[in-house]
Amino acid sequence: MSQITAPPKTGESAGAMPNSYATGKLPKFVPWAILAASLVVTFAIFALFAAADPEGGFNTAAAVFLGVVLYGIVLFVVARMIEGTRRAKDRLVTTLVTLAFLIALLPLISLLSTVLLNGTARFDLQFFTNSMRSVVGEGGGALHAITGTVLMTGAAAIISIPIGLMTSIYLVEYGRGRLAQAITFFVDVMTGIPSIVAGLFAYTLFVIIFGPGVRLGVAGAIALAVLMIPVVVRSSEEMLRLVPNELREAAFALGVPKWLVVLKVVLPTSIAGLTTGIMLSISRVIGETAPLLVAAGYTNNMNYDLFDGRMQSLPVFVYSSYVSQGTEAQAYLDRAWTGALTLILIVMALNLLARFIARAFSPKLSR
Amino acid sequence: MSKRIEVNDLNVYYSKFLAVEGVGLTIEPRSVTAFIGPSGCGKSTFLRTLNRMHEVIPGARVEGQVLVDGDDLYGPGVDPVLVRRQVGMVFQRPNPFPTMSIRENVLAGVSLNNRRMSRSEADELVESSLQGANLWNEVKDRLDRPGSGLSGGQQQRLCIARAIAVSPDILLMDEPCSALDPISTLAIEDLIEELKKEYTIVIVTHNMQQASRVSDRTAFFNIAGTGKPGKLIEYDDTNTIFTQPSVQATEDYVSGRFG
Repeated sequence: MSQITAPPKTGESAGAMPNSYATGKLPKFVPWAILAASLVVTFAIFALFAAADPEGGFNTAAAVFLGVVLYGIVLFVVARMIEGTRRAKDRLVTTLVTLAFLIALLPLISLLSTVLLNGTARFDLQFFTNSMRSVVGEGGGALHAITGTVLMTGAAAIISIPIGLMTSIYLVEYGRGRLAQAITFFVDVMTGIPSIVAGLFAYTLFVIIFGPGVRLGVAGAIALAVLMIPVVVRSSEEMLRLVPNELREAAFALGVPKWLVVLKVVLPTSIAGLTTGIMLSISRVIGETAPLLVAAGYTNNMNYDLFDGRMQSLPVFVYSSYVSQGTEAQAYLDRAWTGALTLILIVMALNLLARFIARAFSPKLSR
Repeated sequence: MSKRIEVNDLNVYYSKFLAVEGVGLTIEPRSVTAFIGPSGCGKSTFLRTLNRMHEVIPGARVEGQVLVDGDDLYGPGVDPVLVRRQVGMVFQRPNPFPTMSIRENVLAGVSLNNRRMSRSEADELVESSLQGANLWNEVKDRLDRPGSGLSGGQQQRLCIARAIAVSPDILLMDEPCSALDPISTLAIEDLIEELKKEYTIVIVTHNMQQASRVSDRTAFFNIAGTGKPGKLIEYDDTNTIFTQPSVQATEDYVSGRFG
């Protein structure tokens, strides 16, 4: 095959003139230079203030904030003079959006760093091997709380994943008319109920059966399941709706009964999204405090049995260590921070697991 | 293998809306029948009633008779799943299962129905189906790669292989070439010519050259206007439809003077 090239126009030599589409733009370093200059200016001003009033000290936050504001204004004006209104507006909005992102990130970073700083003090072997049984001062650990959290969240997952998944399959594949509408409505309502109401529901349920004052791990699990089911239904419903109808039709046209189509075509196609949704719903409930405090109570002892006696969990451990500090307050505070750190690590691990599963299961499109 | 289709006075409704009205025709075994007509005139809807695929759409229902070798598809107690095992379908857009390899896609009709099959039988079925769909030589070295990695034309032939792997009596094709380039289209038209020896084929197409190339008989559908039901205007030998149709509307449509 011969290559076809357009004949060069006469009177125009390539490369002699700069590309007309690339003119009138600020060089890449200009915004950074403006940012640096604005910060230098505001820091200088605040340094003067600090020098004039030694008691007030240097106000870093205000200097950074005003520096960024100055940067936005100067960049807009400069861009408007050189690049025109459209690019100037673009730069202004880009600055605002980036700023919003950084502001949203700020509390997250602050929270993580605080928990890390305070939590490492007791992040030792003893914390993960001991319970709080007959510990009043230093020492002790949160093994009972970790066990309780794992057991109760696991039980909640075992209850709510089948119910939630089957509900969403009903809604997407079978549900028509009023019943489906009613279920959707009530699932939406359930998503919004305060978590303590779920705890009270589970507590009263068990009070009816076992009498007042009963506190069981399984009651905590049911409270968590009440919170978890709507999240599972919602996320799985979205995922199942993403499965193209063409695939269902293809399977129907091969003479496959509906239940097998759901089981062998719809679910495998959406498995990655389903697992991600379920993992996220677990991380959503694993940090619940109020319902567990009401339904499962708290204890300093090890308890492996969901059906016998009170059960501790990590969020409740953190809470109770903080509110009832013993004679050695610092020991209790350290344990609370380490408990919070452990919880964050568990949630992080679950999220990483969800991503890994999603990647492993998703349909491969490589050639 | 192939069977005769007889349709008597068929009406198709979407809820209360009458989509197709009063269709009656007979499709001979081992022939290719083309449905032509403007968009929205009910060709695809009617095609779907031939294997009860229209029931996938909520509210769709049918009045009348569709007889396949004398058995009424809409008789009392008829299981649509059994109907669809006898009447295969290929869709407008190629739709291989994304979670399955090429081999698994061909075997989908077997594996999705939980039927067991020995390894050698399965190998044989994969080869014969892919040979039947003119795809074997292109994919025989990569049967375990995902089916969605093939080109559009290859995917469509994979879907045809999947449809013939369950050995249906009748093969319905809903605009099988409308998403394909001319070379892939030619490959599929050749394939239809081959498949005609064993199957009764019904094909919906917007391409009148295609209809005249591949089909033995042609049915022309039309609508009077939006909101009106689609009707079968003329059904005759392809040659007659394209050279001396008896209805003016057909002549206008096939000669491009439509509308």
